Amino acid sequence: MSATLRVNPIACTGHGMCAELLPEVVELDRWGYPVLVSPAIPRSLLAHARRAAQACPTLALLIEEKAGKHR
Amino acid sequence: MTGTRPMPAAHLPRLLAGIADATGLRGYERRYGPLPGSGRLITVVEAAGLTGRGGAGFPAGRKMRSVAARPGRKAVVANGAEGEPASRKDRLLLSRLPHLVLDGITLAAAAVGADEAYLCVHGTEGGLLRRLDHAVAERQAAGLDPVPIQVTGIPARYVSSEQSSIVQYLNGGPGKPTFSPPRPHERGVNGKPTLVHNVETLAHLALIARHGDRWFRGTGLPSAPGSMLVTVSGAVTRPGVYEIEMGTTAGEVIVLAGGAAERLQALLVGGYFGAWLPVETAWPTPLTHSGLKAAGGVLGAGIVIAFPAAACPIAETARVVRYLAEESAGQCGPCRFGLPALADALASLAFFGDRGGSAHDVEALFPLVERRGACRHPDGAAQLGRSVFRAFPADVHWHRWQGACDGVRRPPLLPLPGDEEREWDWG
Repeated sequence: MSATLRVNPIACTGHGMCAELLPEVVELDRWGYPVLVSPAIPRSLLAHARRAAQACPTLALLIEEKAGKHR
Repeated sequence: MTGTRPMPAAHLPRLLAGIADATGLRGYERRYGPLPGSGRLITVVEAAGLTGRGGAGFPAGRKMRSVAARPGRKAVVANGAEGEPASRKDRLLLSRLPHLVLDGITLAAAAVGADEAYLCVHGTEGGLLRRLDHAVAERQAAGLDPVPIQVTGIPARYVSSEQSSIVQYLNGGPGKPTFSPPRPHERGVNGKPTLVHNVETLAHLALIARHGDRWFRGTGLPSAPGSMLVTVSGAVTRPGVYEIEMGTTAGEVIVLAGGAAERLQALLVGGYFGAWLPVETAWPTPLTHSGLKAAGGVLGAGIVIAFPAAACPIAETARVVRYLAEESAGQCGPCRFGLPALADALASLAFFGDRGGSAHDVEALFPLVERRGACRHPDGAAQLGRSVFRAFPADVHWHRWQGACDGVRRPPLLPLPGDEEREWDWG
């Protein structure tokens, strides 16, 4: 299974919570909106990514999981 | 096809053949023949190799098949909201040959199994709306459209002619782009799978249904068959809408439009989501999606603007990017803040040179807006901006060190809608 991160840019209002909770993957641009360093979430960070998605005040951070070869 | 002569395959114009005498239904049927049946239409359109004429160039038949394959009733939307300020072809078709487009809508609705059909144009264009209502009424009296075609005025904003915006507007929203999925062909108007085609695409469809795929391929290139409408403006002797064979070069199109009215330095091809090409690069480039891509440009909706040597492409681009910034729906942060910043930096470079590092700032802003919106609005503006740096490296260098050039004192050349044609607030 592989998981990727996606931002709904309409919902996002730049609270920046995601960059606080998942700094390995999310940086903020000069206006405070998230920039994904890489959309693929390493397995080791999946739990943190889920927590960040749940913490987003506008629910703009999405985790899209695709069933892959394994599991 | 009783009573009408078959249209010769290699002969142009095709779409525009009846421009002088086929605006009314009777003249139209005399010129183009009666509405044909829609049996096997999707297969024929696929075999014809028709691609969407709204800008993206997606295969029209494949789009229809993916909508038709979904369960339940569908909806068809004809997009005639010509948002590109330099494009006139859709307005020309709708005002002079409305029945070609309306035939296309009815044929597409039957082919995909739709029970709702819409024709969308800018709500600010009252005259056009009235003419279309009249054309629809003529057809109603003749019993031509089993699915009634609803002529609808949508907001006259650049981003409102994007397909997800139109669907959102028809569903009662303000007409702003939406986050996907779902895409319109999955869930669109009233939740139904929705086919959105540009009005020129539908006009071609109406002719393909009459004459077949081999006829359609009788002009153009094997890889890009048929004809297309282009809108030529700027420094040419006879600006206007022309129907050309696919594969005609940009230079031939300038000649068709009467030739250059003054010495040219570049062509802007593809509209304001398009790209600048130096005139020597553009001239031999065939106006096809692959031809323009290879030259570093985009075909878009067939817009060609001839740009004089004495004008300033940086100042003109800054002005257009300002317009695109104002036309943003303002929903996505990177577009809402990035496009005004990009317009500021380009204007600063054009008028004040590299004070404050504006050239560097422009280039730093591209990746901050690209692929970061729900729709392609920021990407289009960035594409136009990036092409300035590719097409005019010497001008950029000159502006960096010298500031404003003589060209900035010329009156603006790239067309923008007047204030009275624009809508500034969202309803």
